[in-house]
Amino acid sequence: MAFNLKYFRYNESSILIEWPAVIDENLLKDILNYKKYIENYYIKQKVEVINSYSSLLIKYNVTIDNINDRLKELKALYRNRNNIYFTKPVIWNIPVCYDTEFGVDLDAFVQEKKLSKSEVISIYSDVIYTVYFIGFLPGFLYLGGLDNRLFLDRKTTPNLNVKKGSVAIGGQQTGIYPQDSPGGWHVIGNSPIQLFNTKQNTPCIIKAGDKVKFSPVDKLEHKNILDKVNTSNYQIKSISNND
Amino acid sequence: MIKVIKSGFYTSIQDCGRFGYGVYGVPTSGSMDSYSSQFANAVLGNFDKSAVLEITMTGPKLQFLRPTIIAISGADMSPALNDKPIKINSIITVRENDVLSFGRLRLGLRAYIAIKGGFLSNKVLGSRSMYKGITSTNRISNKDDLAYNSYLDVQKALNANIKYDKSILETDTLEVFKGPEFDRLTKEMQTQILNSNFNVSKLNNRMAYQLEPLFKNGLKQILTSPVLPGTVQLTPSGRLIVLMRDCQTTGGYPRILQLSNKAINILSQKTEGNCLKIRLKEF
Repeated sequence: MAFNLKYFRYNESSILIEWPAVIDENLLKDILNYKKYIENYYIKQKVEVINSYSSLLIKYNVTIDNINDRLKELKALYRNRNNIYFTKPVIWNIPVCYDTEFGVDLDAFVQEKKLSKSEVISIYSDVIYTVYFIGFLPGFLYLGGLDNRLFLDRKTTPNLNVKKGSVAIGGQQTGIYPQDSPGGWHVIGNSPIQLFNTKQNTPCIIKAGDKVKFSPVDKLEHKNILDKVNTSNYQIKSISNND
Repeated sequence: MIKVIKSGFYTSIQDCGRFGYGVYGVPTSGSMDSYSSQFANAVLGNFDKSAVLEITMTGPKLQFLRPTIIAISGADMSPALNDKPIKINSIITVRENDVLSFGRLRLGLRAYIAIKGGFLSNKVLGSRSMYKGITSTNRISNKDDLAYNSYLDVQKALNANIKYDKSILETDTLEVFKGPEFDRLTKEMQTQILNSNFNVSKLNNRMAYQLEPLFKNGLKQILTSPVLPGTVQLTPSGRLIVLMRDCQTTGGYPRILQLSNKAINILSQKTEGNCLKIRLKEF
């Protein structure tokens, strides 16, 4: 599938490429495939390529001298690409504890949605979510695929301190807070895993294009995993993907 | 080593920031006024990327335990060594136990202290720039120790021919490019915004500067998309927010304008109540 892309010079050293503004998995595949081509093309220069739902941002580490040359080479890369970089996505298993000690908004959420707690947990855990990109905070995954029975507008007044690991729903989106932060989403649980670690060369193991599945754990298992995470003895697990 | 006697209003270690980690949601960070920071380094013959201290509004009080040379550029905060006034933008020789302090803020908002060889804090993800959640703290505190290599070989003539461009501190005009969503504004709104006089609101920091006044019509939010330091967002309530060096990597407000790098440096030297104009520029 080829999309009609818009190329835009964003600042002295960056170019923005835009797809139609929709959240769509095929679009994401096209973006990530093109991203790989660009990264490989510029492998000997310092160039950073960042994606979001429907765009790519290319940051050169020097001022762009001849924008037409850069645009010509980028457009040629898109024209001549194929799908060779497409690999089967990894599905990551993320343990979540829904105890009210962690899911501080779960009771209110359940009431608002007129569902039982176990219904919310099972609807939430049944989905395989797609990681579109990382933004907002270091390690914050923008996930697509939330079941529409769980859509709920953000809080009108944000919470000033959402705890690290909070699993939350905001509007049609869901995510995990990688660090303590203010936030306006409804916190339904907590995951003990560490999403972002500056001590690793790749500070986030989970990347755009990967998949995520949430598995309920009880308080004891949450604590066991957290202990392992804190002593660097926990590896986030992937599930084999047969689709 | 430097002993931090008083940390000042907001003092942090900064360098050229992080490159290559935006894909993990890591902000760029780095010196707010990159020109003044690099100038201070250049005076000492340091690399551009050497780490400096960024000091804001009220300077710190620092005691040097080893000899070195330093240079201070950017805002004029009446620096003094052992209570004797010292020049900005020039090499200052520091002996064991000398105390650097600052007085009245005369011009600008942020000054940069460069030290021969740079500050030697731990690098995290390729940079020493302090940012909460990446480095252990986002600023220095009283009683902190700051590491550097001592330096004795004093060369007064080093780089004596470079001249500081004071327009960074004195101009009130910001050069801007059209942002990705500029064309969504009505012609009327475009003219109104481009011809406005702005004031820096009290909400200004390393992440963002909010500007006044409010405009009557905002724009609808966009699908969360990449943003850069210098991106000017227009919120649905009609507020202009200029993202700065510590900004997030993505945002959902329309990006109507983009500051040039020089304009980011200029804005970094402004504070609450300062007046600004913008001038549209083509690449």
